[in-house]
Amino acid sequence: MQQVNPANAVPVTRGRSGKRFPFGMAFVYLCLSLWALTTIYPLIWIINNSFKSSDEVMDNSFKLAIPPDKLNYTNAFESISIGRAYANSLIMSVSVVLLVLIVAGLAAYILSRFKFRGRNLINSLLVATLLIPTFATVVPVYELLIKWKVVNTYFGLILPQTAGNLSFAILVIAGYLATIPKELEEAAFIDGCNRFNMFTKIFLPVGRPVFASTSIFVFLWSYNDLFSAIIFVNKDSVRPIVALLAQISSQYGTDFGLMAAAVVLTVIPVLIVYLFIQKYIEKGMTEGAIKG
Amino acid sequence: MKGDKNYILAFLLPAFLLLGTFVYYPFLKSFYLSFFRTNGFFNKKFVGLDNYERLFSDDLLGAATLHTLEIMLYVLIFQVGIALVLAVMVDSISKGKQFFRTVFFFPIVISGAAISLLFVLIYNYQFGLLNGIIAKLGFEPILWMSETGSLKAVAVPTVWHYVGFYFVLFLTAMSKIPSDFYEAAKLEGIGGIKKTTMLTIPLILSDIKVVMILAITGTLKIFDFVFILTRGGNGTELLGTYMYKKALVDQNFGYGSTIAIYIVIFGVVLSLITNRLLKREEVTY
Repeated sequence: MQQVNPANAVPVTRGRSGKRFPFGMAFVYLCLSLWALTTIYPLIWIINNSFKSSDEVMDNSFKLAIPPDKLNYTNAFESISIGRAYANSLIMSVSVVLLVLIVAGLAAYILSRFKFRGRNLINSLLVATLLIPTFATVVPVYELLIKWKVVNTYFGLILPQTAGNLSFAILVIAGYLATIPKELEEAAFIDGCNRFNMFTKIFLPVGRPVFASTSIFVFLWSYNDLFSAIIFVNKDSVRPIVALLAQISSQYGTDFGLMAAAVVLTVIPVLIVYLFIQKYIEKGMTEGAIKG
Repeated sequence: MKGDKNYILAFLLPAFLLLGTFVYYPFLKSFYLSFFRTNGFFNKKFVGLDNYERLFSDDLLGAATLHTLEIMLYVLIFQVGIALVLAVMVDSISKGKQFFRTVFFFPIVISGAAISLLFVLIYNYQFGLLNGIIAKLGFEPILWMSETGSLKAVAVPTVWHYVGFYFVLFLTAMSKIPSDFYEAAKLEGIGGIKKTTMLTIPLILSDIKVVMILAITGTLKIFDFVFILTRGGNGTELLGTYMYKKALVDQNFGYGSTIAIYIVIFGVVLSLITNRLLKREEVTY
């Protein structure tokens, strides 16, 4: 009935469709490779162009940059101080991640391990919170930050971003902590742990995977959040890298080499990290958004 | 346990203090502000439903709504569609699964701002990647960011950015289908495309629904691509960027808040409709 290619016969359970026609398989691989090309090639193209002067880019954007010209990169660090923006991004996003983990971790611990009146109400409230977009809170938050004089300081971005990530983080972490067996908790109690020690000694270590995937999601979300950045922290001294990119596009819109270098500098570190911990990133992002 | 009540309160307090200050209070305040005509932060005058009446006579808002719906259509057809096709394909191959997973997913980790800047260069009339390829094939260059084409030019990076995301969600859903289903299908002689349309897709329909709702609500949040690629010019104003302009550029907080409330309601209504249209029994294995 079915003609099985001996080479493919071994993994019977995998490879479900199209086995009958090698031609079909070739077509599948062709389509997949074409899409892969659309994600890989633009990056190669822009990396190549980032090593050329704007004139060279305009002259022929496909020509290989040999010898590579470092000018755009020195420009990026000297005239638009991209290094500063990097530092700002890291300081703010790492702070957001740490704050979210601590605050959401504590709340999730309560919601997953304690029975009390109003728990279901709090859960529903947190789910409903996911429906509130940043657009619907930005004006009053901005007003508040101005009143507190924290606009254009690190806290001006850290506080709203932390709050914005809490409901999702609490739900995801609580979902995981709820699956930890009760026996573990009881054993710790018999050993004389109080509630706080139980959190730090049992739930933090056992819940490591969920804390890891939550941090990744929160970090990327914060690092890439242009909307909040251009409103709350849009000054040279505190501007994160996404907001700098927006500024480059409006101010240096004709310096194509510099634009290419800025894109490469923003993308490459994230990409390298991605290649190393891809599995966790995938998990963190998909779990995060399903709930968020 | 004794003293639990104190722990419960103490551990929940920081979270709800932050949520209350930066989410709940501002959300209610936005709703409140939508009934005022404002001038800066300090002068405001109660105007009842005036702002809401203005919503319906605001042609620019109408246009922004239509543009958002158009992008939503592209997103539903192409983003979800391509993701589904790619997932079915990757699910069927035996070699290179992990490679394609890695390569398809990575645009997600790049910020919309960086992707927009990349597309500024790709669309460039003189030397951009697209016109470069077209020139190599011997055709005349095309003005991509034209008055009629800009919205589609914004839609392309939007779609491209998140295809890999939905692709991974679909692939994960497909990997959960027990293999006996496929073995049964094989015994019945069902294979190829028929198997995909009659077995795989119905079995992951609830995931498709989730993805569609994510895609719809995601479209309402688009901001970066328009902000960097066109600044809302050439008929690319979307709800998010229009709200930004009214509320934060023009500092019209009252009307801006009204638009924000409109976006929230629009999102909830669209999600409910999608949910309703795709209503069916959940499949449990």
